[in-house]
Amino acid sequence: MNNPFNYNIDELKKTANIIRQDLIKMLVEAGSGHTAGPLGMADIFTAFYFNLLRYDTKDIENPNRDRLILSNGHICPIRYTAMAHAGFFEIEELKTFRKFNTRLEGHPSIHSLPGLETSSGPLGEGLSLSSGIALASRMRGEENDYNIFCLMSDAEQEEGMTWEAAMFASKYKLSNLIGIIDYNNIQIDGKVEDVMPLEPIVDKYKAFNWSVMEMNGNDMEDILNTINKAIEVKNKPTMIIARNTPGKGVSMFENNYKWHGITPNKEQGNNALRELQHNA
Amino acid sequence: MLLKDYLDEEKLEKKPVREGAGVGVMELGAEKDDIVVLTADVSSSARANFFEEKYPDRFIQCGVAEQNMAGIAGGLAYNGMRPFIFAYSVFAVGRNWEPIRTTIAYPNNPVVICASHAGVATGEDGATHQMTEDIAIMRTMPNMTVLSPADYNEARLAVKAAYELKAPVYIRLIRGATPIFTKPDTPFKIGKARVLQEGSDVTLIATGITVYEALQAVEELRIENQELSVELINLHTIKPIDKETIIASAKKTGKVITVEDHQIEGGMGSAVAEVLSENYPLPIKRLGLNNSFGSTGDPKSLLAHFGINRDGIKKAIISFTS
Repeated sequence: MNNPFNYNIDELKKTANIIRQDLIKMLVEAGSGHTAGPLGMADIFTAFYFNLLRYDTKDIENPNRDRLILSNGHICPIRYTAMAHAGFFEIEELKTFRKFNTRLEGHPSIHSLPGLETSSGPLGEGLSLSSGIALASRMRGEENDYNIFCLMSDAEQEEGMTWEAAMFASKYKLSNLIGIIDYNNIQIDGKVEDVMPLEPIVDKYKAFNWSVMEMNGNDMEDILNTINKAIEVKNKPTMIIARNTPGKGVSMFENNYKWHGITPNKEQGNNALRELQHNA
Repeated sequence: MLLKDYLDEEKLEKKPVREGAGVGVMELGAEKDDIVVLTADVSSSARANFFEEKYPDRFIQCGVAEQNMAGIAGGLAYNGMRPFIFAYSVFAVGRNWEPIRTTIAYPNNPVVICASHAGVATGEDGATHQMTEDIAIMRTMPNMTVLSPADYNEARLAVKAAYELKAPVYIRLIRGATPIFTKPDTPFKIGKARVLQEGSDVTLIATGITVYEALQAVEELRIENQELSVELINLHTIKPIDKETIIASAKKTGKVITVEDHQIEGGMGSAVAEVLSENYPLPIKRLGLNNSFGSTGDPKSLLAHFGINRDGIKKAIISFTS
């Protein structure tokens, strides 16, 4: 299987900007949800759906597809927006986010929307699920057919279950498992470094026998290079620490933890859209 | 075998109920190559070792990390395997309730949780290891089926029925060796209670280890008092509950007693009371632990202490019917 777009860097940057704009429109319309995390992860999601990930929107359950597991389900607005642009559903449907009878639930539900892989939101569980999926791929003789990417937040590294899974994945040498930590240093109650410091995060995963890489999660070239390098790693799982700017692309949201769990009002949204259009 | 033969425990073969599940999964493994077994450092104790020895490539040792084990099982099931978890109930579902909810029940991943050490019958290990709240917390979880087999044979059949169901299933298992009073080929249908003895004066509903205790109580009463006619039901499936059998029996006898090695709040008796209060309200007496933890001791003494052994059940029947 291939990525249906295979965009180059310039095309990816333009797409990420458009996706950010639709994300803002969606959040303003919904009136609740998360803003900073999704904006910070816009480049990584664009890179996945428009270059890295192998999938087919006409055959969503294709057994050879790469699995993209979103552990920190609360940043689902960016996944929905990227999926809409990738052709999983109409962009118009983004307006239904968080509304009654929508397929775009506040936290992702596999019963509602095909292509999500897992229902998620409760933190610390995605790496376990991803490890189980990876182990099943080995037991079914499919280990070389696809990769399992597990996107996590930095704050969910505070969950003990994450580290149980980290031990498990290295014990079973799940090399088609690649974790990516959205390391934006914000969580609901403040900066991660104040709420519960994670450093030295690279050393921690190394100590758990993972291959560890770092990248700037808002630099498209770095994203592609690092993830492609991670795909080549054999005999151990890889964890990528993505140093991200929360709220990336809109100056009033950037690096401000207060924008973790709230959405812009109409005026704030219009200002954000103007800034994004100006920088397009 | 006649009912009176059950009275003499010595005549009956005894095996741990947990072993029935372990052997059942091993047998199933021969014909179903999608079965995988997971444990959290309790392979021999939870009786996963039968499968482990025979199918080491399909055995997954998770270490002492039950939460991760639930998530791993969810991922395995999502990607086409059929996981069976073997662990102690208090950790398998107590510590683990929310990971099971999110990674198994909500996505409806077909994972079977074989949980040993249910109830005060766990005995000497003491209260921290005696799970007495599992029925309550598992039966409230959507998509979850809850089974509570009464002996080795029934546990063996329960795991096979759980495989066929292809849905999340919780199986409550007993640690110690208990008398085997069902036959290996006694039909086991999920959701269908078994009426062990028909009667007309009072309905006695038991589950798990208390079924044999109830059998003994009923037989002793028969010998002591020919007048009293007890209908005895083995409720091996707590969810989905067999409303039809429960309501029909209640209509016949007009009085219902439940007995379980579990808290009376939220347990099997509560489930029965919910059915009857909505469909056929009548006097109910629930036997079990009443807002109390267990303690260390031999299982027989503990069952007696909480009034859920044959003597306790007998007394309850007499006082409730007089």
